[in-house]
Amino acid sequence: MMADTLVLTPQQIIRKKAAGEPIQPDDSEMTRKHTIVVLVENSIGAFIRVINMFSARGFNIDSVTVGPTEDSSVSRMNIATVGNSRIIAQVLRQLSRLVDTIEVTDLTTTDYVERELCLLKVCYTKDSRSEILDVSDIFRGKVVDITKKTMTFELRGPSQKIDAFIDMMLPHNIVEVARSGRVAMQRDI
Amino acid sequence: MKYDVHTKVQPVVTGDALPKVRPELTTKGQHMSGAEILLRSLEAEGVKIVFGHPGGAVIHVYDEMHRIKPQFEHILVRHEQGGTHAAEGYAKATGKVGTVLVTSGPGATNTVTGIADAYMDSVPIVVFTGQVPTGLIGNDAFQECDAIGISRSITKHSYLVRDVSDLARTVKEAYHIARTGRPGPVLVDLPKDVLLAKGPFVYPETVNMRGYAVPAEGRVEKLERAAQMIEESERPLFYVGGGAVNSDSSELLTDIARHTGIPVTTTLHGLGAFPEDDTLALRMLGMHGTWWANQAIQHCDLIIAVGARFDDRVTGKLDSWAPHAKVIHIEIDQSCISKNVFADCAILGNVRNVLEQLRPMVKPKDTTEWLKQIDVWRQECPLKYEQDGKLRAQGVIENLRDKTNGDAVVITDVGQHQMWTAQYFRFLHSRTHITSGGLGTMGFGMPAAMGAAFGMREIGSSRPVVCISGDGGFVMNAQEMSVAAAHKLPLKLAVINNRFLGMVRQWQELFHKERYSHTDLSDTNPDFVKLAEANHCVGLRATTPEECRQIIDEAWKVTDRPALMEFQVAKEEMVFPMVPAGAATGEMITDRMTPNSFV
Repeated sequence: MMADTLVLTPQQIIRKKAAGEPIQPDDSEMTRKHTIVVLVENSIGAFIRVINMFSARGFNIDSVTVGPTEDSSVSRMNIATVGNSRIIAQVLRQLSRLVDTIEVTDLTTTDYVERELCLLKVCYTKDSRSEILDVSDIFRGKVVDITKKTMTFELRGPSQKIDAFIDMMLPHNIVEVARSGRVAMQRDI
Repeated sequence: MKYDVHTKVQPVVTGDALPKVRPELTTKGQHMSGAEILLRSLEAEGVKIVFGHPGGAVIHVYDEMHRIKPQFEHILVRHEQGGTHAAEGYAKATGKVGTVLVTSGPGATNTVTGIADAYMDSVPIVVFTGQVPTGLIGNDAFQECDAIGISRSITKHSYLVRDVSDLARTVKEAYHIARTGRPGPVLVDLPKDVLLAKGPFVYPETVNMRGYAVPAEGRVEKLERAAQMIEESERPLFYVGGGAVNSDSSELLTDIARHTGIPVTTTLHGLGAFPEDDTLALRMLGMHGTWWANQAIQHCDLIIAVGARFDDRVTGKLDSWAPHAKVIHIEIDQSCISKNVFADCAILGNVRNVLEQLRPMVKPKDTTEWLKQIDVWRQECPLKYEQDGKLRAQGVIENLRDKTNGDAVVITDVGQHQMWTAQYFRFLHSRTHITSGGLGTMGFGMPAAMGAAFGMREIGSSRPVVCISGDGGFVMNAQEMSVAAAHKLPLKLAVINNRFLGMVRQWQELFHKERYSHTDLSDTNPDFVKLAEANHCVGLRATTPEECRQIIDEAWKVTDRPALMEFQVAKEEMVFPMVPAGAATGEMITDRMTPNSFV
């Protein structure tokens, strides 16, 4: 086969930079998280087509949320995905060309707010109870249910905060975690 | 949002691509069955031919067809796959939308290959599939399958019609989506109860889809940038794909190329967009493209890609493809831009609109040196095959070209004969080369040729329709021969018989140490002459170059049915030159003697 030690022409370097690909083999891949908002026709078929596009073309989905908007004929999907700039550009173009998508925005390139909701049920004992409540207080969690053995917390915030909260709760015998996935919105300037 | 079927809109369709509507169809709100609404909608859409096969779920449509005698012809195909390929051949030959009507379950699944083929090759077809009644959907009913689900990733769009009042609007939208933008297949799933239900029929005048935009003109600043890049380039090259054919831009492109003096190479689907007898024509590029076209790609400093998608069979190893070239990409499908090769200047728009805009912006260039260099490559490694008095596939194709002076609609199947046709036929006109490129569907040729012949008959063209296929692929849809015979189509069916799956055999010889695993067809091939005769066609056979010319002459004398010509050729013949899969375009195998590091 061919040697991989090609000397790149200036044009090849331009292409690699545009694709977000490493120019030297030891360059780290420039992948990052992206939050994409897609407005689609409010139908199951439209939703499935969007998700299907990701699987059919081998793109990643970290999380997806979907719900109606102020216009009942339009649904809003928040899709969290990972990729380098070439992959994300492809994702955006492939989404835009679907007949049922009305608007496609990559919020990552803009200023935006992002929230996730998490419900977390954890076992407590007499000894651990106060520590669990302390952690919850620090993260501004709210107790929404309590039984003799378990407590259920509600927590809102950016995904990293929820990651950190779950991390802190891990030693305490978590029974169940339900996360909503990221929802996001652009800030107005 | 939903179209109001009770509005007073008179369905007068405008635009040159759209047909006139029969006035009696405009009767506002006339009640009829869903099946009749479907047929009336097809009439209103200007459909002239439907390729179909009946079954339980669509029996009411066929019943209404029998009763009302609609203004289009229905061709009963013998297999639904043949029907979809016929619709593709019709669409590619005429530029109109092909129509397919099949039943639920197996009827729908049999169309899948044709739909996938149309999706890969941007062919406008609309496939109507029957479906079990809405109340039974999901119950594993007899002949039920989730046609929408199965076809989701191989259609441009699809519809399940749940209400008879949505039917006419859906048909309108389906044809609009199939025809406009980057063309493609649309599937419409029709539950039996919807076809039975009664509703008012009004064919809508316009479509209203907020999520569907069709690019037309390119942005002016991009065009100015492109014109400047062309001006500054020293070794520019047009790289032309199927988009130039789909947008009927052949003349415009030819004019711009001759005006600027920029040479043109075409993809498999671009063949015919630029006359291959022109001095600027470099013929096809890529895996089995010409040496000089691939050398030109590797050395040019500007590629002007026109409706092409940088397929892996064109680029080979991406990292080393066209290492010095800036890229201008004129493209209607945004998802093709910078997908494989970064476009320094991307112009989103209809190829024809963009070329019209570009024409007054470009000046003649002095490309003498560049063309001289290309001529050196042309002399270096011309297309050649052994001239030893034996019948060879390349010779058959040259004979067919000489017989027609290159003025024929040529449909190929998939394999070695397909590449030899691309190399040796020399296409001169747009829409005269029809093949399965993206999906590479064996069995495409025969039914697609039948569809193309129906199309030629419809537009009153006397261009002969020639199907070139291999012995492997021909058998895959040979059943449609009897359909072509029943309709007295004077098809010329050339079967290049090497008693092998030749292209696989070639790879086995080159890259798998001559282990010919399951590619020998000599035991299972039918007697092609008898096969033709059993299907009411004329069957002819040639084994020598003299017989080859004789039977071609004989076949051309047959005017009332298809004539099959079987050409028995050597099995060892290979398609050269060749860029091995995944290799760099600069590293071509030009003949058997080329040292081959891939074995």
